[in-house]
Amino acid sequence: MSNNTENAAAAAAPQASSSTILSVSDLKMQFGGLIAVNGVSLKVGDGQIVSIIGPNGAGKTTVFNCLSGFYTPTGGTIRYKGNEIQGLPDFKISRLGMVRTFQHVRLFSNMTVIENLLVAQHRHVNTSLVAGLFKTSDYKQKEEQAMHRARYWLDKVNLTKFANREAGNLAYGQQRRLEIARCMVTEPELLLLDEPAAGLNPKETKDLDNLIVSLKEDYHVSVLLIEHDMNLVMGISDAIYVINQGQPLASGSPEQVRNNPDVIKAYLGET
Amino acid sequence: MTKNLNHALFTAFITFIVAFPLLGLNLKPSGTFLTVDPEDMGQFVYIFSAVGIVFFFQLFRDQIMGALGKVPRPSLPERAHLSNLPQAQRGKVENWFTFAIVVIALIWPFMVSRGSIDLATLVLIYVMLGLGLNIVVGLAGLLDLGYVAFYAVGAYSYALLSEYFGMSFWLALPIGGLMAALFGFILGFPVLRLRGDYLAIVTLGFGEIIRILLLNATTVTGGPNGIGGIPKPTLFGMEFGRRVKEEGNTLFHETLGIAYDSSYKVIFLYILALLLVLFTIFVIRRLVRMPVGRAWEALREDEIACRSLGLNRTAIKLSAFTIGAAFAGFAGCFFAARQGFISPESFTFIESAIILAIVVLGGMGSQMGVILAAIAMTVLPELAREFQEYRMLMFGLMMVLMMVWRPQGLLPAKRPHLELSDVK
Repeated sequence: MSNNTENAAAAAAPQASSSTILSVSDLKMQFGGLIAVNGVSLKVGDGQIVSIIGPNGAGKTTVFNCLSGFYTPTGGTIRYKGNEIQGLPDFKISRLGMVRTFQHVRLFSNMTVIENLLVAQHRHVNTSLVAGLFKTSDYKQKEEQAMHRARYWLDKVNLTKFANREAGNLAYGQQRRLEIARCMVTEPELLLLDEPAAGLNPKETKDLDNLIVSLKEDYHVSVLLIEHDMNLVMGISDAIYVINQGQPLASGSPEQVRNNPDVIKAYLGET
Repeated sequence: MTKNLNHALFTAFITFIVAFPLLGLNLKPSGTFLTVDPEDMGQFVYIFSAVGIVFFFQLFRDQIMGALGKVPRPSLPERAHLSNLPQAQRGKVENWFTFAIVVIALIWPFMVSRGSIDLATLVLIYVMLGLGLNIVVGLAGLLDLGYVAFYAVGAYSYALLSEYFGMSFWLALPIGGLMAALFGFILGFPVLRLRGDYLAIVTLGFGEIIRILLLNATTVTGGPNGIGGIPKPTLFGMEFGRRVKEEGNTLFHETLGIAYDSSYKVIFLYILALLLVLFTIFVIRRLVRMPVGRAWEALREDEIACRSLGLNRTAIKLSAFTIGAAFAGFAGCFFAARQGFISPESFTFIESAIILAIVVLGGMGSQMGVILAAIAMTVLPELAREFQEYRMLMFGLMMVLMMVWRPQGLLPAKRPHLELSDVK
């Protein structure tokens, strides 16, 4: 735990270090007269798990939408691996290696599980029409690799026997796992998970916990997490940022955040 | 029951309002005036019995529809038992089945009448159009109501190229496809941001624009008079007419040393159409299993998820529009060559509607379904020709019954089963 605290302190440090994969400063998102996010800054270090927490409607998902290019932020800078990416179209950001999930599962529910994983690898396969129509060797090889990667991640999230089921017919927990696998086959470097534990039972949450830690440790993927399940957040995060009503409220290690009186007040109301 | 009763009364009333002035009143000229006379009693009996039928049908609607639902649905036995076979074996059976159908389709024209072959050629044109639109509507989920525009572009490409530049069918065929693809591309750009109903309206407008353009550009296209005398396709420079029409060509029957028969031409056109359809099926089958085909379906399923996974939706939608249009272009080119005469009359909205009906009736995204539906939609109205003006009525009835029995289409699309290494 003390190790984690050190990491968190490093992440919270103002100067940009070379090991920072994502650094956001003074992010602002305004919809007409409504300021949804104002002055949010955060840093995700290479190979860290960083969480964003806050009450409902605090603007956490808006931050995600800005980061992933679904919204163009009205102010502030987003640096991913040192390059400014605010204003880039969403699919380009995703191709840079920053891939997100959604609060509600968004699978291609009428397609099979394996097809879901193949679609996600669109940028890795040979999409040339000519190559596909004539089945060139490069095309076949890339398709095979895609299949292989899909297979690997199906094994990893324990869904191999459902490979040819339609994704919409899976149980909710399985759909959640498939969504993470679908992100992972794109070979991201930074994963944005929006409430991955929502609607999961305690056992499934525990599995998810292990999966996320394994992503970090075995695949060196950095994770930015939005979550309401405090056990999960406190257990795995290297650093936590708290947002309330679009404003940054607190940040630091799980320990610091847990004992911060402002955070307790925001979550529980005036007590 | 009271709800049904109210509803029944209302519909009976509407029936009366619609039917009475049209069928119950008669306009008679008397001098310079028109007088309105009621029809004789017999006509009123008909009108009121129609009102009665509508009333009772609506009153007992639930029972009647329930009974209809119990009628055994047309089942497809060979498919049902095929699905029990293991993957590899099933593929083999399906390959043989396809092969047998192609062989039958090749032998068949030599045994039937000229009229049947002509009809079959028409069916094949619709199959091609249906398969092309299936990419746009069935796979990519973009509702296109102006598909006939691309068909027109293909047809006019060949007609104009042959009229002004004397280009042969074989050269014009790829050009017609490319022209239609280009138009698909151009249309695709502005409409990409639209979805659902809005897209349908814009494409509908585009279809009309092309038709009206062809109608009004009289100096180039001949306007409503159309373009006639479009040469028929040749087989390696051999013409199928009685006499050579173009310098340098030979005659099919003279080269082979057989007597002239007008049916050779019909059979040749049929086989040409068949080859085009086989080409279309082959290409689309490949496309569906390619990354771009998967991306089309993914985009139809969930656009936002696609964006988050790095799929460029603009490029993917454009590719669906363009490729779908190209097949309409091929079909149009062939249509112009077969008819020998085209005018904007052939490319009205009703054609778009029929092609769309083929796709929906067949089962969105399903190739075999589209082929079956194209046959049904073309042959049935032809068979029902003796019913004259009741033909369209029967056609409508057939569509309604179809939607009651098989709302998912004749043969709903099946997901390809992908084999993972060492997994069942």
